[in-house]
Amino acid sequence: MSEPAVGLSHASKRYGALQALSDVSFTIEAGEVVAILGPNGAGKTTSINVMLGLRNPTAGTARLFGLDPKDLRARSRIGVMLQESGVPGMLRVTEIVDLFRSYYPNPLSTSDAIAMAGLEEKARSLVKDLSGGQHQRLYLALAVCGNPDALFLDEPTVGMDVEGRRRFLEEVATLAARGRTVVLTTHYLEEADQLARRIIVIDRGKVIADSTPAEIKSRVAGKRITFSTPNPDGDALAGLPLTSKQVDDHRVRLLTNEPEEVLRELFRRGVEMHDIEVAGADLEEAFVAMTRREATP
Amino acid sequence: MSAIAARRARASLPPMLARQTYAEFVKLLRVPAFSVTSVVLPAMFYAFIGLGQRNVPMGPPGSVTFGQYFLASMALYGVANVMVLGFGISVANERGQKQDLLMKATPLPAYVFFVAKALSALALAMISIAALGLFASVVGGVRLDTSQWLTLVVRAMLCSIPFIGLGFALGYLATPNSAPAVTNLIYLPTAFASGLFFPLSLLPKFLQDVAPYLPLFRAAHLVWSSVGYPENDINADWYFMAAYTAGFFLLALWAYRRDQGKKFN
Repeated sequence: MSEPAVGLSHASKRYGALQALSDVSFTIEAGEVVAILGPNGAGKTTSINVMLGLRNPTAGTARLFGLDPKDLRARSRIGVMLQESGVPGMLRVTEIVDLFRSYYPNPLSTSDAIAMAGLEEKARSLVKDLSGGQHQRLYLALAVCGNPDALFLDEPTVGMDVEGRRRFLEEVATLAARGRTVVLTTHYLEEADQLARRIIVIDRGKVIADSTPAEIKSRVAGKRITFSTPNPDGDALAGLPLTSKQVDDHRVRLLTNEPEEVLRELFRRGVEMHDIEVAGADLEEAFVAMTRREATP
Repeated sequence: MSAIAARRARASLPPMLARQTYAEFVKLLRVPAFSVTSVVLPAMFYAFIGLGQRNVPMGPPGSVTFGQYFLASMALYGVANVMVLGFGISVANERGQKQDLLMKATPLPAYVFFVAKALSALALAMISIAALGLFASVVGGVRLDTSQWLTLVVRAMLCSIPFIGLGFALGYLATPNSAPAVTNLIYLPTAFASGLFFPLSLLPKFLQDVAPYLPLFRAAHLVWSSVGYPENDINADWYFMAAYTAGFFLLALWAYRRDQGKKFN
């Protein structure tokens, strides 16, 4: 039947001494909505760049709709938002959307593309006069204006305010509901959870999980318990359901999926604790825990 | 499925080229620091240097006047200026802002982008010649035959082509910060050393020795002879221009590949 939208097969990418991707294989079928999740520097952008043919894999292969990703027929079927890419500041929003539309065989109308990105009020403005969030919306307009079968969004909501992010995610969800393939990278688990039906977790260039949001969340959505204790050594912390443990001087940081159980046990053991804080683990921390667990099963 | 099969797999090229050319032209035009100087500078130099001695004959009485001769010089100066500075600085800036990153992910073929950039600069070069010609004929009262006007315009535009290659090469070799300095440092001295502003005989000896190898010097012969100034062997000049065109475009291709190899390999 139809070719998968993306196929990475044993793809590796090395930049000098840095192994940015190592032996990554996965397939994204047409119509799937996939989030690539990972901490900063994990290899998310590299994996997108390899999928899009913007970077050549050092080993392995990448395919877009069964074609070489550099093939202009493949690129005619995709729309992309890249991090840190620039656009000509001296063009008006309508002019640059018109320009990008002309690259694609079956584009949307200019006004539809601009409306989809919520930029109607800025349509006549010069690109250089847009705010950071409006720039991101312009990139969305440029990504969708070719009426692509697949959208690749690399950290698309960076620089957006809360309202902008909400509206943006709604637009992407609408596109996904119309059968578009969406591949987005993010380091917000929440964002991935909201949009995607599949999450690929990348860390240090490797896929460490590829599953549904529910399954991933249960593995990374932990709580962080922090407290000071005069005597952090010994058996006080032994045998607790922790995903990670860190002791700096007298300050103890624990990551766990069962915070109530851990606290109950600590109190039961009579461990002396001051300045107790319990907070949602941020994803960076959760990943650290997750990857440690992968490394030492 | 048949509906999908009927959809075109690639956009058609002519509208794409038209849009891209329009966008590139508008981008050039909306940077007054560049567009205004490109159009005004040659006419201004003409006013400063050419007007006062416009009726002085360059040889025996009845021969080409300095007004006609200097019109040809400034026409060439103007078009080559658009190419070297226009490309050099704009390409370097666009690279600095990573505009090439997003373009690279679109189905825009690289050659469409380059042709569009060249066409837009040729259009601005035409405007610069028109402004200069208008100024020289209306204010300076310079007269040329229709065939001389045509030959001058065609030759000046043809002679701008190798400088398109040079401009691209500099744009891919220079950084955004260094591009204005580098392009001016290369272009202005060679314009002087090629005799565009002062006769070569007034320049130091070593410059006179170097001049025959400068592309602008060869191009200058071609435009001077188009207004009737006697140049003996313009065939050699054409060969030199062809060689410079090939050389500069190869340099540009090398510089482009080097830049892209760093970013997209």
